[in-house]
Formats: sequence, C-alpha cells, structure tokens
Amino acid sequence: MNLEELKKIREKAQKDVELRQKQSRVRIVVGMGTSGIAAGARDVLKTFVEEVGKRNLADVIVTQTGEKGLASQEPMVEVFEEGKPAVVYGNMSPEKAKRVVVEHVVNGHPVSEFAI
Amino acid sequence: MMEDISSHIMDIVMNSVTAEAKHISVVIEKDPRTSILGLTIADDGVGMDSETAQKVQDPFFSTKTGRKVGLGIPLLKGTAETTGGSFELTSAKGAGTTIRATFDSRHPDLPPMGNVRDTFFVLIVSHPDVDFNFHYFVDGKNFTLDTGELKRELDGVPVNHPEVISFLSKYLDEHL
Repeated sequence: MNLEELKKIREKAQKDVELRQKQSRVRIVVGMGTSGIAAGARDVLKTFVEEVGKRNLADVIVTQTGEKGLASQEPMVEVFEEGKPAVVYGNMSPEKAKRVVVEHVVNGHPVSEFAI
Repeated sequence: MMEDISSHIMDIVMNSVTAEAKHISVVIEKDPRTSILGLTIADDGVGMDSETAQKVQDPFFSTKTGRKVGLGIPLLKGTAETTGGSFELTSAKGAGTTIRATFDSRHPDLPPMGNVRDTFFVLIVSHPDVDFNFHYFVDGKNFTLDTGELKRELDGVPVNHPEVISFLSKYLDEHL
C-alpha cells in the first residue's frame, strides 16, 4: 500500500464524505446472483464503479443484490434516483452501462430502450 | 455455467455477503510441486445447520421457495470434482461458513482463472461494510490485500468514494 498516496486521497475526500453519507443522490444496484454473474454482471458492475470513479460522482453509490428472479433478463440493474420512481434495466452490458451513467445518472433522463 | 474460476469466486462470496458476513477471506494458491490449485473462502456470516449445509450442495434442492443460496455451490463443487479435485463445506449456525475446493490445474477441463483482479475490485468497492482478506499465490504471483488495513488508513473515507475507487483500480492493476 502506498501510504503517501492514500493520505492525499483521504485529505481530498474527507471534505465531501459527510455530504455523501447524508444523501446519495443516486443508488445503482446490480443483480449479482448466480445467473447474473453467469450472464456477465461483474463486468457491468465494474463499468458502473469505474465510471463513478472517473467522473468523480461523489453522490452516487453502486451496490449489489442477489437473485432478481428474472434470469432471462440478466444482467439486471436498478437505478434509484432521489424523489423519482426506480428504473429497472435488463440485458445490460458494459456499453449499455456507460450510456446509463451519461444519460440517466448524470443528465437525469432514463434510457427507455434498455428499461424493462 | 460459470465460465471461469474468478466468476465462481464472485458467486460464492456473494453467498457470504447474503449471510451477513463482515469478514470474508479468499485464498487462491497453487502448489508448484503438485499443480493443485486450492481455493478457500471463509466468512463469519450466520452459518448453516448441518442439514442446510448438505442441501445447498445439492443442485436439486430447488430454487423454488425461499432459497437464498443459488446454484453457485453445486456448480463449484461440480467443477472441482470433474477436474480431479475435491470440495468441502464446513458450517455451523452462528459460526460462519468455510468452503474449500481444489482442482488439478493440469486437467484439460479446468476452466481458466479469468479476471481475479476484477472480482476483487468489484467486491471491495460494492461492499464498503465488509472487510476482505485476499491472498493470491499462483505461478510466482504473490498478492495480499487486507481491506481492514486499508480502511484504517482511510480514516472514515469510504472505500466506494470515487477517489478511492480510482486508487484501488490502479493499485490492483499494478500488483495483481
């Protein structure tokens, strides 16, 4: 572990941590049950996480859940936006995940063609 | 079917998370003398009584009602046993679960390792409340990461903060 680097991150990040804990504006939940994983959910989850890192989206949380009970539509993703109904996306891929980040998470317009 | 070992790991660890584990250790090691690949996943989750521990290894113990554990365990067991390895699950109510699988790495049907780096990465950053201990000792690689230690250094900044996500991504690229 490079401690100097971590120290820098800590100092930079500590300012917006409190804000983040009080209110995450968007929560992205990726279904990571057995069928989701077999269908490629890990790469979808990775894409969401990396986009949050790259775009410095401090008010967005990416998390996972187990089986969603709709194996034919895996990988599945739910996006919860504060004060709006949840949107469920099916048959996701890393490319689709990138579009959801840009259009839905950043710009607030759900990608209706991926929604189920 | 799981296409590689790293997907099996992802799936088994998700069971641990579902079982409310707070500490999960994953050890992957290959003995260079015997070519035996060993995978051990241990958690401090709620555990299972012996009847349930037997049932979750059975693929026909249905996915119908109230089953929280998917087909991942029988799939891993199947991969281990068809590639000249072994499978063992030990669990007790309130005392967590340990799964150990071995594989003969020379067996032609052994799936590839796959992207262990991505499995570790997404597990760490999507479960900020769980402490992971990862060990990967395969083919000269010697990698260890204790996220409990990382979190102490971060002093309250969560591991899923964008800055930390980018740091971890780079760190894993360099070391694993």
